[in-house]
Amino acid sequence: MATQVKESWNSRLGVILAVSGSAVGLGNFLRFPGQVAEYGGGAFMAAYFISFLIIGLPICWAEWALGRYGGQRGFHTAVGIFNAVTRHPAGKYLGIIGIIIPIIIYMYYVLIEAWCLGYAINFLAGNMVFQNASEVGDFFAAFTGAAANGSGLGMNGLSQVGIFLIVCFALNFFLIYRGLSKGIELFCKYAMPALIVLAVIILVRVLTLGTPDPSQPQNSINAGLGFMWNPTKVLLVETSTDAAGVQSTTETPVFGKAFIAEAEKKAASDPALAVKRVGIGDQLKKPQLWLAAAGQIFFSLSVGFGIIMTYASYLSKNDDVVLSGLAATSANEFCEVALGGLITIPAAVAFLGTAGAAGGTFAIGFKTLPMVFTSMPAGSFFGFLFFFLLFLAAVTSSLSMLQPGIAFLENALRINRQQSVAILGFMTGIGTLLVVYFSKDLKALDTLDFWVGTFMIFILATIQIIVFAWVMGIPKGFEEASRGASMRIPAIFGPIMKYVTPIFLLGIFFLWISENIFGYNLITGQASSSAYVEDLFGAQPNLVAWIAICLVILLAGFVFLIVNSSEHFRKLSHTEPFSKENP
Amino acid sequence: MNTGGWIIMSLSVGTVSVLFFWCIYRVLSTPGETRHMHGFEMETPDEKDPRKAPPPA
Repeated sequence: MATQVKESWNSRLGVILAVSGSAVGLGNFLRFPGQVAEYGGGAFMAAYFISFLIIGLPICWAEWALGRYGGQRGFHTAVGIFNAVTRHPAGKYLGIIGIIIPIIIYMYYVLIEAWCLGYAINFLAGNMVFQNASEVGDFFAAFTGAAANGSGLGMNGLSQVGIFLIVCFALNFFLIYRGLSKGIELFCKYAMPALIVLAVIILVRVLTLGTPDPSQPQNSINAGLGFMWNPTKVLLVETSTDAAGVQSTTETPVFGKAFIAEAEKKAASDPALAVKRVGIGDQLKKPQLWLAAAGQIFFSLSVGFGIIMTYASYLSKNDDVVLSGLAATSANEFCEVALGGLITIPAAVAFLGTAGAAGGTFAIGFKTLPMVFTSMPAGSFFGFLFFFLLFLAAVTSSLSMLQPGIAFLENALRINRQQSVAILGFMTGIGTLLVVYFSKDLKALDTLDFWVGTFMIFILATIQIIVFAWVMGIPKGFEEASRGASMRIPAIFGPIMKYVTPIFLLGIFFLWISENIFGYNLITGQASSSAYVEDLFGAQPNLVAWIAICLVILLAGFVFLIVNSSEHFRKLSHTEPFSKENP
Repeated sequence: MNTGGWIIMSLSVGTVSVLFFWCIYRVLSTPGETRHMHGFEMETPDEKDPRKAPPPA
């Protein structure tokens, strides 16, 4: 029985919104501002824009072009597309990783999506009133199940994530069942503009907060903006010695002429204090800054997930990919820099000071910001708007993670949409249940995010750019990308995509592995074991980490067996060979 | 925030905003943008089912 997929986009704007929706997520509003603040606005943005030009945009264009090329030959996933481009039996195995990544990420991303929905509804219900940071931490632990394994499965009304998870899971599969144009595209057409409008409303509210507590003039929106964007960081360094004679230093950022003058006065009279200035040049010399900037571009644009290839594979031969790719990436950059970059950190500094603005994505999003909204006039309303905005951003991303799996099952097993949705729903349901059950310290989620959501993405992105630039070749690749395009890829990107992007990507990958797997500190040169490696191969291996890894291995085995036995990927006869005679 | 901070923030926000709105303008000003984009279309067995087939035009 020949079962095929009938899918297409309804409009060019629709596919752009779907791709940008896939890219815009929590990282834009939570991770990016924290990174800019940590590394200093000027230096970070310089490295960020350079990374955008030599990693983000090239890989994005490569994915769009490869995707449309594969789609014309009946392939809608990395497996088939690499098969068609490389025209080698081994090519299809390279693409297996492109199926695993989005499916595994969906398993935990839908949970984070449920947190956002849960926080939004709880703000609306007036349940998010906290007296101190400890209460916020307790709420987070109880709501997500971070306190103990199994507690995340609770269905105790609004105070636990269970009911929200079911709603999010059902919504995703309802939309994916409706298909590309009636599901994903229709949802993104409303969700993306709504997301931007919500972000602008919150931005206006935040930027007009001024100095919320006049008794603490150092905590203001202006100071928050300075904390993020000032090119030179001024730090008050305090050196202390404990009873054992061990010295330690504490660095506190200082903002505003009056406060800097005061800090200098203190330092002049106290030998334990010193004022230190860190300029753009000093910051740019740090390898971590480049790693952070490249990583932010990389994960923010959703390149290396295999999703853009799948979306582009539903375009027709002469549909534009160059301007569409640029438009989708620019929409993501706008949401990240112009909206996300001006909301989170300034609000946190205005209410909690610079110490309150520190922390990772989850800490800022689910612990710091609820405290900020609690302290803000009409905070419940704005808290609801903000977390609903994050929820919309998460849904448009999670939807995109399901499409490669659906397309793969339909392509390989020759089944229809109902069957593929049922199979994928079962698989992701099991995975999500494991992630929710093993919720203590979010260990399962963290392990999957590290090995799949970071490590594997580097690998897939490297494969993609090498397949485009070296296997397909730049002349053929540019010719493919330019067909029907509203604008051409500038010629300078030829050598960039062939040499600079792979080398830069491999360099960043090497630095990342050195620091995160081998535990090699890039500044001090000291090596210590990585917690993620210790969890697997340390003296006391972590059972939950191993369960998460086994989940990945099982899925990889399942996909491998299908790829290996499917006629769809075995036959290359229906694809056109690459040659000058048959371009 | 000092002068350097204002310059960097304005340049960063301005660059991405100009790029975004230029792209949207280019996309929306392209003739026939809203036309149906025909992808690689084939039929699924359920759509071949005559009971589910759309009525002839």
